Amino acid sequence: MKSSYREALRAGIRDAMQRDPRVFLMGEDVGAYGGSFAVSLGLLEEFGPGRIRDTPLSESGFVGAGIGAALGGMRPIVEIMTVNFSLLALDQIVNNAASLLHMSGGQFHVPLVIRMSTGAGRQLGAQHSHSLEGWYAHVPGLRILVPATLEDARGMLWTALEDPDPVLIFEHGSLYNVAGELDDNAGPVDIDSAAIRRHGSDISLITYGGTLPAVLDAAEQLAGEGIDAEVLDLRTLRPLDEATILESVARTHRAVVVDEGWRSGSISAEISARITENAFFDLDAPVGRVCSAEVPIPYSKHMELAALPSVERIVAAAQEAAGARG
Amino acid sequence: MTGPMSPTRSPLDPEHGRHLLLQMLRVRQLEEKCVELYSAAKIRGFLHVYIGEEAVAAGVLETLSPDDALVATYREHGHALLRGVAAGAILAEMYGYVEGCCRGRGGSMHLFDAATHFYGGNAIVAGGLPLAVGLALADKMAGRSNVTVCFFGEGAVAEGEFHESLNLAALWQLPVLFCCENNLYAMGTALGRSESQTDIALKAAGYEISAWAVDGMDVLAVEEAARRAVDAVRSGGGPHFLELRTYRFRAHSMFDPERYREKAEVLRWQERDPITLLRSSMEAAGQLAGEEWAQLQADAEAEVAAAVDFAEAGTLEPVEELTRFVYSERSAP
Repeated sequence: MKSSYREALRAGIRDAMQRDPRVFLMGEDVGAYGGSFAVSLGLLEEFGPGRIRDTPLSESGFVGAGIGAALGGMRPIVEIMTVNFSLLALDQIVNNAASLLHMSGGQFHVPLVIRMSTGAGRQLGAQHSHSLEGWYAHVPGLRILVPATLEDARGMLWTALEDPDPVLIFEHGSLYNVAGELDDNAGPVDIDSAAIRRHGSDISLITYGGTLPAVLDAAEQLAGEGIDAEVLDLRTLRPLDEATILESVARTHRAVVVDEGWRSGSISAEISARITENAFFDLDAPVGRVCSAEVPIPYSKHMELAALPSVERIVAAAQEAAGARG
Repeated sequence: MTGPMSPTRSPLDPEHGRHLLLQMLRVRQLEEKCVELYSAAKIRGFLHVYIGEEAVAAGVLETLSPDDALVATYREHGHALLRGVAAGAILAEMYGYVEGCCRGRGGSMHLFDAATHFYGGNAIVAGGLPLAVGLALADKMAGRSNVTVCFFGEGAVAEGEFHESLNLAALWQLPVLFCCENNLYAMGTALGRSESQTDIALKAAGYEISAWAVDGMDVLAVEEAARRAVDAVRSGGGPHFLELRTYRFRAHSMFDPERYREKAEVLRWQERDPITLLRSSMEAAGQLAGEEWAQLQADAEAEVAAAVDFAEAGTLEPVEELTRFVYSERSAP
């Protein structure tokens, strides 16, 4: 069937609500408004205000309430409008959700799922456009999911809700309208492993989430130039599927990491470090990186585009790596 | 609604009075032992004791059922003890031993106990309030008649999470009792130096929450107010709020030189020591014989002595277990 990324997310939420009476959705404007990105449109009518709960603009309050409800036996899905707004709930996410199990000596699990939009590309300026999922991937106790495909948008939520620990799902804003074919029987997917979206033998292009389409485009362009690129979709930023990354690099001997986050202290830095730590002697070229410019994301279209990873920059980085002689 | 509680009070059953005295003594003696053990370097990290504030936990916890949930702060040894966490497991936790209630991972500020629904041990000021709201939400959605009680200091009132939590609880009419332990100082900052409006119950009333200020040095007043509030919450009356006016006799923590308050002020409050207050009134009413008082003290001492023995015999968690419980342990596929 034809589906958009948004519709796939909605189908995932609907599944979960139908399957498990402990599941409920809460967040700002998830109900009467239909979701700020229309993900939950129609769910209020279907499930009622008890399970599709509009909250006040109190990120720390309702994220913390989600943690408490999870401790109390529910399976909450908390929606935060954007990752920028999630900073108001950072205390609850880091000091409570991520820490409670270890701090309590294994007594208190937090089976909570938090969904939020991330990323730039829609001229929303610096306070709605950042890609901070890499920050969250720094924190032990959290699981960080970055669905880039319709199948993952549809199926990751189910698996995340079965996880006894807190899971954060980052939905890139540029993906909501992406549409394609989704199997009628699409269902839960694994949330442990990276996926190879395009097989190739000359270079590994490693990315996730919103930059996957640009990386796939870049790989097509590179193919025209005789460079056979493999495209790796990380899918999960924590825990990282290091085995798949290293296995790919061992075959291609070259790697470029593409990440919409800033370069300094980023998930791309982590991946680059893991490759050099564990596959240094497999490499025929330095690990390349394509990241966002280190600026707050600007509003004007040309400046915003200049700040973000582009097909051109990905192709150039791949060419440079491929040109290096080992 | 704010203001003092109704002054009418039923006559005290002497047995109940002795029970409350014992509860406060148990906390007092455990805390005094903690201070001693800290000085002896058996306990490390930050240590915050509850001496002077015992009537608050003793009075409120008296009114709870076993299935009710409790959320407390980093000054929570007394709450844990009165909730039913063994004194030995509390002390062993502070010793950093695996026999502690959190395997030694939490320490003094992070006591947790699933069996008694004791949700910590929260050391981020006001960070526990949203958790309490969520626990209450879960109870309400599941149709359970439990109450969640959330303790926090008056310092938490300045945090955004206080206001977000009260608003949510009132908006959704959740079964939660907020207990503000107003000991007048947020660490070293006096209430009047941090709040434009120092009537805390009034702030709660601003969220359409029934709120009462209570003499937190009078355990009977605390118990009576808490019972009224808990009954109202349990019967579907929505969140309630108690401002319990109390005082910390000791320093904020073991590192506090107390430059911010006068000795005379401390001495004035010590005249209203909650244990002495109840003891004196019971003695005056002929409800507490000398040997009964001695027995209560001996019982509390014996419990603490046994707890010290338990903690002294504790063992260290193997270092190999360092990364256990970062994530849940799943059964093998």
